[in-house]
Amino acid sequence: MSLLELKNVSKIYGPLKALDNVNLQVENGEWLAIMGPSGSGKSTMMNIIGCMDKPSLGEVILDGVDIAKESGKKLTEIRRDKIGLIFQQFHLVNYLTAVENVMVSQYYHSMPDEKEALEALERVGLKDRAKHLPSQLSGGEQQRVCIARALINHPEIVLADEPTGNLDEANENIVIDLFRQLHREGTTLIVVTHDPEVAEVAQRTVVLEHGRLVKEIMNESFET
Amino acid sequence: MFFRMIKGALFRQKSKMIMIAVTIALGSSLATAMLNIMLDVGDKVNQELKAYGANITVVPKENSVLDSLYDLDDGSETAAAHLKEEDLGKIKTIFWGFNILDFTPFVNTAVTLSDGSTAKLTGTWFNHHLALNTGEELDAGIHSLRSWWEIKNGQWLDEQKESIPANGALIGSALAERLGVNTGDTIEVKTAKGSQSLQIAGIYDAGGDEDEQLFTLLPVAQELAVAKGLIDSIEVSALTTPDNELARKAATKGPAALSPADYETWYCTAYVSSICYQIQEAIPDSVASAVRQVAESEGTILDKTQLLMILITILSLFGSALGISNLVTASVMERSNEIGLLKAIGARDYRISGIVLTEIMITAVVGGVAGYFMGYGFAQIIGHTVFASSIEMKPMVIPLVAVLIVIVTLAGSIPAIRMLLRLRPAEVLHGR
Ligand SMILES: Nc1ncnc2c1ncn2[C@@H]1O[C@H](COP(=O)(O)OP(=O)(O)OP(=O)(O)O)[C@@H](O)[C@H]1O
Ligand SMILES: [Mg+2]
Repeated sequence: MSLLELKNVSKIYGPLKALDNVNLQVENGEWLAIMGPSGSGKSTMMNIIGCMDKPSLGEVILDGVDIAKESGKKLTEIRRDKIGLIFQQFHLVNYLTAVENVMVSQYYHSMPDEKEALEALERVGLKDRAKHLPSQLSGGEQQRVCIARALINHPEIVLADEPTGNLDEANENIVIDLFRQLHREGTTLIVVTHDPEVAEVAQRTVVLEHGRLVKEIMNESFET
Repeated sequence: MFFRMIKGALFRQKSKMIMIAVTIALGSSLATAMLNIMLDVGDKVNQELKAYGANITVVPKENSVLDSLYDLDDGSETAAAHLKEEDLGKIKTIFWGFNILDFTPFVNTAVTLSDGSTAKLTGTWFNHHLALNTGEELDAGIHSLRSWWEIKNGQWLDEQKESIPANGALIGSALAERLGVNTGDTIEVKTAKGSQSLQIAGIYDAGGDEDEQLFTLLPVAQELAVAKGLIDSIEVSALTTPDNELARKAATKGPAALSPADYETWYCTAYVSSICYQIQEAIPDSVASAVRQVAESEGTILDKTQLLMILITILSLFGSALGISNLVTASVMERSNEIGLLKAIGARDYRISGIVLTEIMITAVVGGVAGYFMGYGFAQIIGHTVFASSIEMKPMVIPLVAVLIVIVTLAGSIPAIRMLLRLRPAEVLHGR
């Protein structure tokens, strides 16, 4: 059984169909890229998969549970336990240090553990920046803190909405390398991107247009 | 972690928190000042109102009926019955003796002046020093009971001065003008019992009938009118509790009509009627009655002052609640990204609300404590400017203010918390 399955999913805003009858399966451990022009419904789809929004129609089955039917409280639990989120705007708590920002995620999941949080920062190459506030970090460093935070509770699935949209080439490569590592460790990855280079490194790319899935490309030269 | 987050939020957003604390401090200082003044003001206002004179008069039992029937109390006739001067001190020994602020005896008589006209002469205490059997000492007399008198010329008779002339007197401004006398002059007064020359120590302006009178020392009038040791009436100024249902019942039906429990309550409350009753018990063959207007207006003025203070307190707290709600809402709005993020990574609503509320409550405590001390200052300033004395800080105000601050802060945070609960992470996190 797939880890994630969207069946005839639509999201309707008045006259607009942000998602129009989307069907998609994502296997456990897969690395999927989603591309498409602006306004094609990529973020809408990520919000639904990430349990932050509900579809107007259709089923979204994550790990055997139809999240379209769950209550807000249950969705919060699923987000907490199964999903790691990474955004284009980094979204760190600006009055907490890097390591505290990672610990916040542990705190709401189970127990904050500073040692573990520091290890996560070390993994993204930021051990020496642990005590800095977000305002004292570069964009690339902030995004790496976000990645460390997304990974700290070992989520089954990591959702990244344009994670490299605000980064330069060098930082983009660091992030891609981190995704490679995650993939090797078996984490399922869904990455929304405008950038063909970021899409190319994924196993499979799907393209959205006007809320519809119009194309699916398998990456023949995919290497782990 | 909770405390690290609180600490971060408090210390790294200092200016915002200081604004909230200042708002709360203002509310709390006003509440503190007003509540303390309100609790202390009863005494203060009563002391002020004492300036308007006595609120109880005591006359001999036999005369009281005649007096009130024919209104003979104009000094034109010498009353038939008398009270004893030696009983005066007993007024301070009643159950509510502590509430007796001042009192003075009167001996009234009509005197014939040298030009053949008549005038009323009153013998009384001016500032008589009393040493009671109980060991208590006090100064009693009309100097404080007639504090509104304006001495236009000369000065008050000071009974505690060695040099006071035994025949010293104060003369009303109207009478002095009629007779053309001045301070230092002497005038002859005559009654059936004899004559006496009075030395004018001062001229007062009372703004009423008393301007046609002479006031002299008690022994002088006793000799001219009655006899040593006898007096006609007593004026008493007492602190009283405003009348309520029970007091009115006791006043109209008499204390005997009260149930034993009611009687007990009535007797042990400083109603003007129970104080009168106790004075009658203390002074044989006397009738004590309230001078209505004064006694009642004291109560109402007090009630109105306190109502005003309560309104000011409510308004100031309402103002701070509005201020807090603005500031907290603005702060939550500013932090909507952060709150959306916390929700996205799996924080439940109550945990986020808990953090925001804890931050605000800590700020409120800081502001509240600062406000309490500011309020202490305000209370003293108001006390000194309005009542010319310091305000005693009542400990019970502290929990009261604390509870009010908590309520006001929570009430002020409601809009922000509602906003926080409504906030959906999807709407803030993708940068729309
Ligand atoms: N809450 C909403 N109410 C109304 N319309 C919405 C709402 N959210 C999204 N939309 C619309 O749905 C469509 C898809 O939006 P979405 O954010 O998913 O696009 P996107 O593919 O992520 O675009 P971009 O690449 O610019 O991020 C857009 O036309 C958008 O205006
Ligand atoms: Mg988008």
